[in-house]
Amino acid sequence: MAEAISRYLRDGSLEGEHAPALTIEDSLRSPLGSHAFHHFLTALLSHITNGRSQASGLVLVALNRSPSFYFDLLKRSGFDASLVDKSVRVLDCYSDPLGWKDLISRSETDRKRPIGRASVTGFKNVKNIDKLLSSVLDLGKGFAGQGKSKFAVAVDSVSIMLRHSSLPSVTGLLSNLRSHDQISSIFWLIHSDLHEMRVSTALEYISSMVASIEPVVLSTNNGHGSAGNLLSLEQNLCKAKFHVRLKQRNGRVKLLQEELHIEQNGIKFASVTSVSTAVNQSLLPKVQFNLQLSDKELIDRANVVLPFEHQGNGENIQIYDGRRSLPENQRDDTKAAPGSEKGGQIHYIRDSDDERPDSDEDPDDDLDI
Amino acid sequence: MAELPNLLDEAMGFAPGSAAPFPRGGVVVLVEDCVETSGAFVLHHFLKRALSSGGGGGGAVVFLAFAQPFAHYDRLLRKLGCNLSVQRKNNKLHFFDLLEYPGLRKGNATNRGFLDLYREIQRVVEGCSLQEDNKGCVNIMIDDLSFLEIAAHGSMDDVLDFLHYCISLTSVMDCSLVILNHEDIYATEEDHELLTHLRYFSDFLIKVGPLNTGLAADVHGQLTIVNKEIFKDHARPMQKVRNFHFKVKENGVETFYPGSRH
Repeated sequence: MAEAISRYLRDGSLEGEHAPALTIEDSLRSPLGSHAFHHFLTALLSHITNGRSQASGLVLVALNRSPSFYFDLLKRSGFDASLVDKSVRVLDCYSDPLGWKDLISRSETDRKRPIGRASVTGFKNVKNIDKLLSSVLDLGKGFAGQGKSKFAVAVDSVSIMLRHSSLPSVTGLLSNLRSHDQISSIFWLIHSDLHEMRVSTALEYISSMVASIEPVVLSTNNGHGSAGNLLSLEQNLCKAKFHVRLKQRNGRVKLLQEELHIEQNGIKFASVTSVSTAVNQSLLPKVQFNLQLSDKELIDRANVVLPFEHQGNGENIQIYDGRRSLPENQRDDTKAAPGSEKGGQIHYIRDSDDERPDSDEDPDDDLDI
Repeated sequence: MAELPNLLDEAMGFAPGSAAPFPRGGVVVLVEDCVETSGAFVLHHFLKRALSSGGGGGGAVVFLAFAQPFAHYDRLLRKLGCNLSVQRKNNKLHFFDLLEYPGLRKGNATNRGFLDLYREIQRVVEGCSLQEDNKGCVNIMIDDLSFLEIAAHGSMDDVLDFLHYCISLTSVMDCSLVILNHEDIYATEEDHELLTHLRYFSDFLIKVGPLNTGLAADVHGQLTIVNKEIFKDHARPMQKVRNFHFKVKENGVETFYPGSRH
């Protein structure tokens, strides 16, 4: 499913449609959103460098981490530095978001500013959303010469953007980017517990995919340092539930769920179905008896002949009416029987149809003695 | 005399006798304490380690003191075996007494005041990193953040902007940042936002609190350390959450796992 998201981001926008947009949201209870962001960033970039994606490059708006952090991340993921320089442009809103460093260096003219990489562009006023939009588009135009005109955009923290600007201007920026015909796909990360509910909802409306990261173990509120709390903390730092909501063009919403594991080299997604069946199997109580009968058992039971019910098998049913003795010939038969048969035999003739075969009723209780 | 490292050092990835600076460069550490249990001793411990570890006479420290005057830290650290006056003379300790700092005094801190303070810090950090004998990294320590918030007239954005610039120094100049803050002053949902922001950008979260079982004579409280670092260069996976008890003594802090004493 995480692959499906990567595929959507890779395939980009269709003719006459907005670009696919992905919101990744996490909270402090399960703070693994940045890991997921890095995963989708490296996945998309590997498609871009292989030429399999619609986008010819990626513009990364870095607000939360320094550009050097991202170059380090990409290097660790096995990307060649020259390829990264070719297909990534970083808009650095991290190093000097408010222009303080610029002010300081202007007043101290003797010091030289360090010269960064060519693929990094500094941005010194994050409060100016319009300028931010035009800077992103300008950076994206740099890829236009490479045959394909479209590019992808990644914003590493919408939460920081929201600290500097209002919700309408940030959603305006994101939806302008999404509807721009040069943009093939866009994704961003937001920490949902820093904002009101309406903020994440507003962002979810302008995105076609929402991946929310939720804790596997809910912490018990037993005060800090309790064994249960420590265990849930440790568990939630290693894995999380990965809920995905995919909005399709016809309006259908697909809900999917996976499990996310942090490993030594990146993150791994595991399907949650295998996990849940394993849980179900182990949770089902093991009982010593069956609650229902199988088909064979039902047939066998039907074939059982109950005691004293042997009279129905083809012979005349004889009912003793209490006034008439048995016919002579039958009496003789009964006399002769002990000689011809081995062992004893009880012949029973039922009094009437009313009497149940195994009735406890006293047969002589109507006698007037 | 080489001191044995304790569980606190171990949890922060500090090995005995290593030449690595403490705390490591590029790391943001948030110490959260509460009224019942003060976390100041963690800061004192870090201050001492930062000035003495790392070989070649240790690293430099930029100390932003809002809570106490210099004499207080000097007296305490002397008992821990570290002379702050000498370190200050040797330009290892850069002490900013912010109770006296002109820009922030009498609650007239504006964005300009924070800009000036940051300018000073950046100048010192750049100066320290140019020094040849400085083998360790530069540590910026803030004691404590609640006073910074008061200086900013409760403006969370100003505090966060200032902190963002300090954090950007950690990645650009490879220095570390240690912040002491109180957890229990952010009781309501609206106030919690600053604390949540701090927790998001910290690599290490150290919580100092009282024992769950109540007061004890031999144990002064418990420490919970959460390691959130994204890149780990260690071959073996490090434990992400550690919890242990501590006892603050005159000449240091003793740390031990629950139930491991007596």
